[in-house]
Amino acid sequence: MYRYDEFDRKFLEARVAQYRDQVRRRLAGQLSEDEFRSLRLMNGLYLQLHAYMLRISIPYGTLSSAQLRGLAHVARRWDKGYGHFTTRQNIQFHWIRLEDTPDILAYLATVQLHGIQTSGNSFRNITTDPFAGAAADEIEDPRPYCEIVRQWAALHPEFSFLPRKFKIAINATPEDRTAVKIHDLGLNLRRNEQGELGFQVLAGGGLGRTPILAQTVRDFVPRRDMLAYITACLRVYNQYGRRDNLFKSRIKILVQALGIDRYREAVETEFEAMGDERAALALPDAAVAAMQAQFAPPSYPDASDDEADLTRARAAEPEFARWVKYNVKPHKAAGHAIVVVSLKRHGKVTGDCSAGQMELLAELAERLSFGEIRITHDQNMVLPHVRKSALYDLWLRLAAAGLATPNIGLASDIICCPGLDYCGLATARSIPISQALATNLAKREEDIGPLQIKISGCINACGHHHVGHIGILGLEKNGAESYQITIGGSDGANAALGTIVGPAVPAHEVAAAVDRLIDVYLRLRRDGEQFPDTCRRVGAAPFKEALYVAR
Amino acid sequence: MNDRTFQLVTGNRLHDGRVVYFAGDGNWTPEIGKARLVEDKDGAALLAEAQAEPPPHPAIGLTLVEAVRDGDRVVPVTLREQIRAHGPTIAYGA
Repeated sequence: MYRYDEFDRKFLEARVAQYRDQVRRRLAGQLSEDEFRSLRLMNGLYLQLHAYMLRISIPYGTLSSAQLRGLAHVARRWDKGYGHFTTRQNIQFHWIRLEDTPDILAYLATVQLHGIQTSGNSFRNITTDPFAGAAADEIEDPRPYCEIVRQWAALHPEFSFLPRKFKIAINATPEDRTAVKIHDLGLNLRRNEQGELGFQVLAGGGLGRTPILAQTVRDFVPRRDMLAYITACLRVYNQYGRRDNLFKSRIKILVQALGIDRYREAVETEFEAMGDERAALALPDAAVAAMQAQFAPPSYPDASDDEADLTRARAAEPEFARWVKYNVKPHKAAGHAIVVVSLKRHGKVTGDCSAGQMELLAELAERLSFGEIRITHDQNMVLPHVRKSALYDLWLRLAAAGLATPNIGLASDIICCPGLDYCGLATARSIPISQALATNLAKREEDIGPLQIKISGCINACGHHHVGHIGILGLEKNGAESYQITIGGSDGANAALGTIVGPAVPAHEVAAAVDRLIDVYLRLRRDGEQFPDTCRRVGAAPFKEALYVAR
Repeated sequence: MNDRTFQLVTGNRLHDGRVVYFAGDGNWTPEIGKARLVEDKDGAALLAEAQAEPPPHPAIGLTLVEAVRDGDRVVPVTLREQIRAHGPTIAYGA
């Protein structure tokens, strides 16, 4: 993991001191709310329905045990004993007091955490594959590149006044567990025909009011030119992105308005014109290697890949077998596995994690995963490097803490935003819908197979509903909550936006409607087809009909 | 439930962000039942009264909220304000 140096530490110290004084002046009435709002947002402090909300950045979703313990401490001491993991691999605390925030940020700085650039018109968290550095299918660990981009992006003087927020994702596998195509800028690590490393660069993706998938700007940018090329992409956005209309200010609108060809032309022109600056931003192999050294793989002990013990344990305990089947993924090192920790216990709140659970995971990570934990963009956690021989004992500990629901990738593994129960932007509740669906589908989710349900409590789409196999959007109609359902979305390599399947329905009809849609899928699917494949093949008509007839 | 609507003023407390209601006479209360209620036509005046405080004003984001009386309960008309008054509708926390 990247370790802060003296410069980083001093920077955070100064930042916290500056913020502490801003809070003092605010509480004394020397700063108005209008003057203070943008200052607190620069440190990730929002005002929501019930309290202040603090969003802490978890760079590319990677935490050390010490950091996870730090978050648990914040939850216990300054919040209501829990935190919420988000679709950008960050954490939110929902019950924060303004007067506590300087102490909270001072404390978090001691474990290399902060809330900088988790809000406002700046670069946001650089997200990546939660299995980075462990997955068998990755070309290289993407995280060193994430850290390089993070440092480049942090308080970049030229890009401190972007038209709007800017979200970057970096992926290094063919599968894409990072939802690259719904990002403002996406980078796919790849090799060219000569075997050299570089990036496919995509731009203009985003959800919200106007969902659009990112398009390819260039198929291959040599690794050395990564930062220079990103600079060119940003420079064009910074110059031509709209600042006159909040709803048209993201890069997706610019790319759509220009068309990808004209956007690409502008980027390539800028890139060519950069001259000496390009050399200054170049990433020589030595620089990349130095950063990669900070993310060196753990010294895996020789661990047998022999699965005899595992097979015995699975045969003896069907619950363990189920957990291994859905929550354990292949690792590149022999004898090891990737464990997905489910934060989707049926009937609980998706993505929420108690302080006690965080402390347990920190301890388990220390003992069994080289002190490392990851956050996924679908609101689960990961222990990335677990010996197969330790899986059974790990499962027992996780199960005792409610962290072993065997549902990763299944119907109850729902992405759900906080919605109207917490969020000032929401138009409807989302959490009760996710709970109703999870408990209703639990008994048949294994039969259904992989299914991604995503729920947003408003048009801003923090729950990624546009790219759910089944997407649900909570709106308000005549003072009552009303839910629009879409089908056929997906967020991986074959990303697609969902199609609306009928008029919006009231809350108490959502579970039945989703049941009908799943019944259609089960009836029509061919061998191995996942839900979006069937949607693509048969179209929306059979699904729409099932909902119409049911009404 | 009586259909007659009233106006009250709400905001979030500056120092801790908690939901508060204007109780009149410069006082703020976390309990909606203790909020000062006025006729619809007097809403603007109530808001002005609630806003009139030397800095630091104890509350931020002040708005008028429409509510009805239900026995001795005060019930906001919108779901959003009901949730602000009584907290998340789901079990949360450790």
